[in-house]
Amino acid sequence: MAHMNAPRTMLAKIWDEHEILRHPSGPSLLYIDRDMIHEGSFHAFADLKRRGLKPRRPKQIFGVADHYVPTLGRTSKDAASPAIARMIDTFDENMEWGGVRHFGLSSRSQGIVHVVAPEQGITLPGLTIVCSDSHTSTQGALGAIAFGIGQSENAHVLATQAIWQLRPKTMRVTINGTLGQGVTAKDVMLALIAKIGAAGAGGHAIEFAGQVVRDMSIEGRLTLCNMSIEAAARFGMVAPDETTFAYVRGRNFAPNEQEWDAAVNHWRQLVSDDDAVFDREVVLEGADIPPMVTWGTSPEDAVSIEGRVPDPSTFDNADKRKAAIKSLEYMELAPGTELSGLKLDKVFIGSCTNSRIEDLRAAAAILKGRKAKIQAIVVPGSTQVKEQAEAEGIAAIFREAGFEWRDSGCSMCAAMNGDVVGPGERCASTSNRNFVGRQGPGARTHLVSPAMAAAAAITGCLTDVRRV
Amino acid sequence: MKAFVKETSTVVAVPGVNCDTDQIIPGRFLKADRAQGYGQFLFHDIRRNEAGELDPAFPLNREGAERSTILLVEDNFGCGSSREGAVYALVDHGIRAVIGPSFGDIFFNNALKNGLVPVRLPAEHCDELADYLARFPDAEVTVDLENSELVLPGNLGRYPIVIDAFARECILQGLDEIEMTFTYMEKIKAFETERMASHAWLAR
Repeated sequence: MAHMNAPRTMLAKIWDEHEILRHPSGPSLLYIDRDMIHEGSFHAFADLKRRGLKPRRPKQIFGVADHYVPTLGRTSKDAASPAIARMIDTFDENMEWGGVRHFGLSSRSQGIVHVVAPEQGITLPGLTIVCSDSHTSTQGALGAIAFGIGQSENAHVLATQAIWQLRPKTMRVTINGTLGQGVTAKDVMLALIAKIGAAGAGGHAIEFAGQVVRDMSIEGRLTLCNMSIEAAARFGMVAPDETTFAYVRGRNFAPNEQEWDAAVNHWRQLVSDDDAVFDREVVLEGADIPPMVTWGTSPEDAVSIEGRVPDPSTFDNADKRKAAIKSLEYMELAPGTELSGLKLDKVFIGSCTNSRIEDLRAAAAILKGRKAKIQAIVVPGSTQVKEQAEAEGIAAIFREAGFEWRDSGCSMCAAMNGDVVGPGERCASTSNRNFVGRQGPGARTHLVSPAMAAAAAITGCLTDVRRV
Repeated sequence: MKAFVKETSTVVAVPGVNCDTDQIIPGRFLKADRAQGYGQFLFHDIRRNEAGELDPAFPLNREGAERSTILLVEDNFGCGSSREGAVYALVDHGIRAVIGPSFGDIFFNNALKNGLVPVRLPAEHCDELADYLARFPDAEVTVDLENSELVLPGNLGRYPIVIDAFARECILQGLDEIEMTFTYMEKIKAFETERMASHAWLAR
């Protein structure tokens, strides 16, 4: 077949390797290597039970309790309410029933699914990974096709180990040069989403490329891919390289030493061919990206920390004008207000965007020897991250600065476990969504990087991390 | 899944670009069993005032809105969380089709699995429809999936409904996708055997 020799993107190569068949009317039946599930899967399990089915390939399914777990205590009895405790217990019961390996609350491997999966070597280059969570896009950072699905699709994967999918279009986002001091992967993503819009990558898979990405740690790449869903991308991906191989080697579910060389040889072939054609190209200059902060209720409402709240009347699009007026009303902000210096009530460091060890190190570097002026909590992305941070002395820095040092989970990002920002309160958050009510009814969220969140905690207001 | 062939109804316009699934159903209601009915949670926090009462200004609360089975929405509707609860809330409320310029990809897929038809209509035509509905709130729209056609009221015209042929066939017939995929199980197993031969570590 001639087309097999044509230059291909990484997406096309991994897709083709997983295509069981293509239906005459369009979609591919894709083989799914790994399905990650969390407490929200109870709908899918109810569906399986109704049909008299069980998970077909339980060894390729992994469960992690994250959305509802308490961050003060490690049993379902510590949950904020009986209804929340029941979600955790139901999850454990379903995992036992389905024979699915899972990392429950008492497991030392528990954490946020998108932190745990790379950490455990469940996420690897060249795999197809699904999870009933939109931020599954995170896991593409290791060179995999990873995407969020709903519970109907989850039931389908549990029953068949396959899924019907249309191949998305491709968008390459190239970030040239190097990032300035105090600028992180989080800022890159907020700058990208501000540029292309929250619907900007709809129907596309993003491949991140360029010097900034090549120089980035796996933690940074995970952050990039994590927020690709906030630009409406189907997946985010980074080509596997030596940084990737060094990261995954020796992890629990990775190929063992006997299998390693063959695996790496295969992974090297998955990168996009030099002359592969992408449906869209977007280019950012790393040096032009400042530390970013959001002012509104969509991740696209992001500007430099040195900027001001925009005046909706200057927007040329009527829909955007209306949306911005509504946003500012909800956020209780006037056009022209300087973002730096805006008073806050809370700081949250955590979520699948920014709760990895490198994120905690970045925040601790700012906090060392200083005190938080406002309530601030840190929720490590996994129990392993927590233990590592404790061993490195990072936990002590947070505690001495007056932060609450919690157990791992989704916490104040999804606000499903009882950890919320109160009505009308303003929070600097390292999470991914500043939606209306996302962190609790009436909560006002400003998305920032971990270093920016730390700077905000010590001044009590939004602060340019380069000035502390 | 309830089959969808053709639906004619008045339309409720829900304003707001980037209406995320947290708006469609806030996270705290996702603990409910489906049997309880998710319709009561639809747009909960934007539909109600602080006392929890229905806000008469919200379009879905206006008199007669309960008869509408079609929504008109703005760009990037259903972005954000993958929660299928957003689709359950719409479906349980009685909504059968959503017309908008673009949808979150996961929401779009979730809708199709539940017999809810997402119709992509260019933004300028959505605006025309919104203007028309503001003047003629009783105007009806027909979502004719069988003929892949959206029929707008007055002289607003007809537009193709673009949903891939496979998903369209499934929803037209109310096909059970799992049952259908089981007919390909030999192919899945053969593929799997080959894959495990080179990726033994995958099922360890």
